[in-house]
Amino acid sequence: MLSRFAEALDSGRFVVTSEVAPPKGTNLEEMRHHIELLKDKVDAINITDHQSSVMRFPSLGGCLAVIEAGGEPILQMTCRDRNRIALEAELLFAYSRGVRNVLCLTGDAVPVGDHKEAMGVFDLDSLQLLKAIYRLMDGEDLGGNKLDGAVEFCPGAIVTPEAQPIEPQLIKFEKKVEAGARFFQTQAIYDLDNFSRFMEYARKFKVKVLAGIVLLSSARMARYMTENVPGIFVPPELIAEMAAAPKEEMLAKGIEIAGRTIAALKKGNVCDGVHIMAIGKEAVVPDILAAAGL
Amino acid sequence: MKSMTRQKPMEEIQQSLEGLDKIFVVGCGTCTTLTNTGGVEQVAEMKGRLEEMGKRVTGATVIPTACDDMTSEAMKENEAFIRAADAVLSLSCALGVHRLSLYLDKPVIPAVDTLFIAVEESPGYFREACAQCGQCLLGETAGICPITACHKGLVNGPCGGTNNGKCEVDKERDCAWTLIYNRLKEQGRLDLMRKYQPPRNHHVALRPRVMIIQ
Repeated sequence: MLSRFAEALDSGRFVVTSEVAPPKGTNLEEMRHHIELLKDKVDAINITDHQSSVMRFPSLGGCLAVIEAGGEPILQMTCRDRNRIALEAELLFAYSRGVRNVLCLTGDAVPVGDHKEAMGVFDLDSLQLLKAIYRLMDGEDLGGNKLDGAVEFCPGAIVTPEAQPIEPQLIKFEKKVEAGARFFQTQAIYDLDNFSRFMEYARKFKVKVLAGIVLLSSARMARYMTENVPGIFVPPELIAEMAAAPKEEMLAKGIEIAGRTIAALKKGNVCDGVHIMAIGKEAVVPDILAAAGL
Repeated sequence: MKSMTRQKPMEEIQQSLEGLDKIFVVGCGTCTTLTNTGGVEQVAEMKGRLEEMGKRVTGATVIPTACDDMTSEAMKENEAFIRAADAVLSLSCALGVHRLSLYLDKPVIPAVDTLFIAVEESPGYFREACAQCGQCLLGETAGICPITACHKGLVNGPCGGTNNGKCEVDKERDCAWTLIYNRLKEQGRLDLMRKYQPPRNHHVALRPRVMIIQ
């Protein structure tokens, strides 16, 4: 049975996903609120997995909350914190509870997070995790043992179209395609010309690509990302546009920019959809969708 | 090849020596001499620090290579001074501490932490070159080890944290996979990077690792 998200991907229409970060603690109120806000407006909700190596309520727990709310979750799964035994076991559990979509990630490095002395596991990498999912779907684990009850997932991966140099990323992208990634959610993109060039290349492969849209909440944040976050490039004219907005209107400007970027991607039929990351401002995702005319 | 070490904080050394008043100090003439962590000078300095702490130093020596079997001879030569001590403080790497422990019934306390095995690529620049993983990939990665040179030890290409050829954990560090890519490209062997590398076997040699050579 195809997941609802997989059906949306196959439908050929413009697909929209967004993401929600679980809380640091057990107060799930805000996360549930964000899920409620988004569940009927997007095709699927990613739940982040200790993003930036910051310990939080787990991704799987967030996915269960999405299911309880009647939404469609995408389980983000990094290889940083679990060895292959734990990853496989979690996939079995996720499947048993109705999770049908998995985004395979290597995971950020441990020292960038808030548990700097923890061990980074990386027993598998994102590519090997993709392959492991197919193995489990075939009814066998990585130890070569038969499963009593297999899994079925729509597996995806990420790609960074702005990476410099781009060639090593593209080689990995192709390996992920070969490993069976059905969809890609990209790192944030702002430069539509560069992204269109990437898409000309990516269109050669039978995969769906959802462009990463990260909401700019201030000129300072835009500058910070372009200077510090690997694979993110905010063109100077966008930073200038943010900076020109009065302080109290900066968020509105960011929403406008995100909305018009999405509209342009859709109008130009550049990619198969978008993945909206509002990073702490999940409440405004419906406004971004409205600004995009979706 | 060098065993890279860093001296422990004096407070930690002092704690390790609590209740041990008479100390024999050992340095090593090989790696810790070259890294300035356990040569003649550092042994003399340590002797002074211990005396400041109120310890009595019964003697000190720098063994040519603390990890080889000549260490037993050096221990015999210093037998009287070692016998007079409550403990031996070692400024050799952990291999030396291990070797010393084989011959002595006194506690052997490390004064340095052993960090990694390195090659000196240019004078004074030591790089970890091998994690002794037991599945050498260097033939497929243009001689650059992804296990040691990539922070995450990734074997299938770069992660999303690579940025202009640098690593996400430190802007000063090269991204191993950018280096590998560049060198494979020069060699016209990029097909090697396209090859899928399966999950690694972490038990090629079962820990504790031992090898018997006849």
